[in-house]
Amino acid sequence: MQVAQEAASAAVGSGERRRARRRGAWRRRRLVLLLMSPWLVGFSVFFGYPLVMSAYLSLNHYDLLSPPRWVGLANYRYLFTVDPQTWTAVKNTLWLIAVMVPLQVLFAFGIALLLARARAGVGVFRTIFYLPALAPPVAATLGFVYILNPATGPVNTILSHLGIQGPLWFQDPAWSKPSLVALGLWGIGNTMIIFLAAVLDVPRQLYESAEIDGAGPLQRLRWVTLPTISPVILFAVILGVIQGLQYFTQAYVAAGVAAGQASQAADVTAVSLGYPQDSTLFYPVLLYQHGFTDFQMGYASAMAVLLLAVSFAVTLVIVVNSRRWVHVGVAR
Amino acid sequence: MAAVEVAAPLVRRRPPARVRRQRLLIAVANHSLLIAAAIAFVAPFIFITLTALMTNDQALSSHLWPHPFAWHNFISVFTKAPLWRWTLNTLEYSVLATIGVVLSSVPVAYALARLRWRGRQVAFMVVLVALMLPPQVTVVPLYVMWAKFHPFGFNFIGTLWPVIIPNWFGDAFSIFLLRQFFLTIPEEYMDAARVDGCGELRILMTVVVRLVKPAIAAVALFSFLYTFNDFFLPLLYTGESAHHWVLSIGLSEFRSLHQVQWNLTMAATLLVMAPVIVLFFLAQRAFVEGVTLTGVKG
Repeated sequence: MQVAQEAASAAVGSGERRRARRRGAWRRRRLVLLLMSPWLVGFSVFFGYPLVMSAYLSLNHYDLLSPPRWVGLANYRYLFTVDPQTWTAVKNTLWLIAVMVPLQVLFAFGIALLLARARAGVGVFRTIFYLPALAPPVAATLGFVYILNPATGPVNTILSHLGIQGPLWFQDPAWSKPSLVALGLWGIGNTMIIFLAAVLDVPRQLYESAEIDGAGPLQRLRWVTLPTISPVILFAVILGVIQGLQYFTQAYVAAGVAAGQASQAADVTAVSLGYPQDSTLFYPVLLYQHGFTDFQMGYASAMAVLLLAVSFAVTLVIVVNSRRWVHVGVAR
Repeated sequence: MAAVEVAAPLVRRRPPARVRRQRLLIAVANHSLLIAAAIAFVAPFIFITLTALMTNDQALSSHLWPHPFAWHNFISVFTKAPLWRWTLNTLEYSVLATIGVVLSSVPVAYALARLRWRGRQVAFMVVLVALMLPPQVTVVPLYVMWAKFHPFGFNFIGTLWPVIIPNWFGDAFSIFLLRQFFLTIPEEYMDAARVDGCGELRILMTVVVRLVKPAIAAVALFSFLYTFNDFFLPLLYTGESAHHWVLSIGLSEFRSLHQVQWNLTMAATLLVMAPVIVLFFLAQRAFVEGVTLTGVKG
C-alpha cells in the first residue's frame, strides 16, 4: 500500500505534490497517534510496566516497607518444592477447571438447544436463564451459602422432607467445590445466549440436505450443528478456562461466610481463606493471601509469573489443538 | 434476533399422522425440560426473597414460607449497615469508570478498525493479549506502584482511585467489542462524509459515533455492570478502609460486621441484586446484542 503510494508520487515527480502528500501522511500518523494515545499510555502503565516489574520483584524479597532484597530464584524454589499450599491450590484450581468448564459448556449448550426448538415463551425462558448471570457474584454466593446451609437451608429442608439426609455443602471439604460448581452452573446465562445465537445462525439448508441424506435428529446434531458452531464452543472453552484460572470472588466470599457461620466469631477473614480445610484454596486465593494479607510481594510476584506462563500455555494449547475440531469453513 | 423465524419449506404439505404425533411428543418433552430447568433457575431467587421477608426466629427454623411477612426487614438493613454509603461509593466507581471506558476506548477501537497504519495488527494482538491476562498477574506491582505514589502527600491506598483511573486509558474488552462493531459499518458512509470534506476526526465524532450508538450503549452497560459487581480490586485497595467500601465488599462483610441475621443478609442481597435486574429489563436488547456480538463474531 505504502510502497505503491510512494511509487506513484515518485512517478508524478512534482516536488510540490510530494510535499503535500508527505504532509498528509504525517497528519494521518498524528491522527492515529492521537486516537491510540489512551491505550498507549494505558497499556504501558497498567500492563507493560507491571509485567516487567512482576518478573523483577519475583527475584526479590519485598515486604513493601524495606527496599527489595535480591534473592535470585529462591521464591520459585520455595514455590515449587517447599510450600505445601502451592500443590493444594494448584490441585483445587485444576479440579475446578476440569469439572466446571465442561459442565458449564454442556449445560449452556443443552439449554440453548432446548430454547432453539421451543415454540412458546422463548422470551420468558431466555430471560429466566440469563438473569442469574447478572446477579453480582458476591450476592449470588451469599444466596447460595444460605440456600445450601446444612441446618436450616431450604435445599436440605426439602431434601429431608423427601427422606434424604442432605450433605453439609459449603461446610464439608468434599462438597464445597461441588457447591461452587452448582453456583457456576446457575450463572451460565452469557454462554447460553452466545450458543443460542450460534445455533439459530446455522444455515437451514444444511439441516435440509442432511435430512434428505437420511440423517436423524442426533446425527444432524453431531454432523451439522456441532461442526458449524464449533468456533463458538472454542470461544466458550477458552473463556471458561481463563475465568477458572482467575476464580477468586466466589471462593473468597463462600469460605468467609461459611467459616463465620461455623464459628460465630466476629473476624474470621484471617483463618477463613480456603475454608473448609483448604478445599476452596484456589491459586488466586493463595496469591491474595501471600500478597495482600502477608505482604510477601516478591513471593506473590513469583506466583503471578507462574500464573501468566500457565495462562498463555493453556490458551496456546487449546487454540493449537482446536484446529482438529474447530470448523472454519463457513464464512460469516 | 431475526434468525428466530424459521424459513418455511416451499411446498407446505401436511405430514402423516405418525410424524405429527412424534413431533408433538418431542415438543412436549422439550417444553417440560425447559420448564423444569426454569424452575431450578428461579428457585434461588424465590428462596432469597422468602427469607428476606422472614423474622429472625423463622429464618433460623426450617419453615420455607414467611409467617408473618416481615416487610420492615428492608428498612432495618439500612440502619444495621451503612448501605447508603456503600451505594454512593459504588456509584462513584461505576459512573466514573464507565465514562472513562467509553471516552477512551471509542477512539482506540476506531483507529484499530477503520484506519490503515503500520503496526495495526500488532496493536490489535496486544489488545487481545491484555484481554486474556488474569488481573492477578499485574496486581502486585500495581499495588506497589499506587502505594509508593504520593503526589502532594495524597495516599491512593484506601481510596477507589486506583481502580477508577485505569479505566480512563482504554479497556481491552471494550476496545475489542467496539472494533468488532466498527468493522460492520459500510465504508460508503465514511466515503460520503469524506467527499463532503469531513476530516477523519469529524467523521468519527459525527458519522461513526451516531452509527455505533448500540455498541456504545452495550459497552457502557457492560462496563457499569462489571464495575458494579467488581470485588477483587476494590477489596485490595479499600479492604482496610470501611469508609470507602463498595456494595460488593460491604455485602460480603455484612454478616460478620454486626452479627446480622440471615433474614437481613438476604434482604441486603436482594437489594444489591435489584439495580442490576432493573437495568436488564430497561436495556434488554442492548444486553443480548452485546453478548452475541462478542461471542459469535469473534
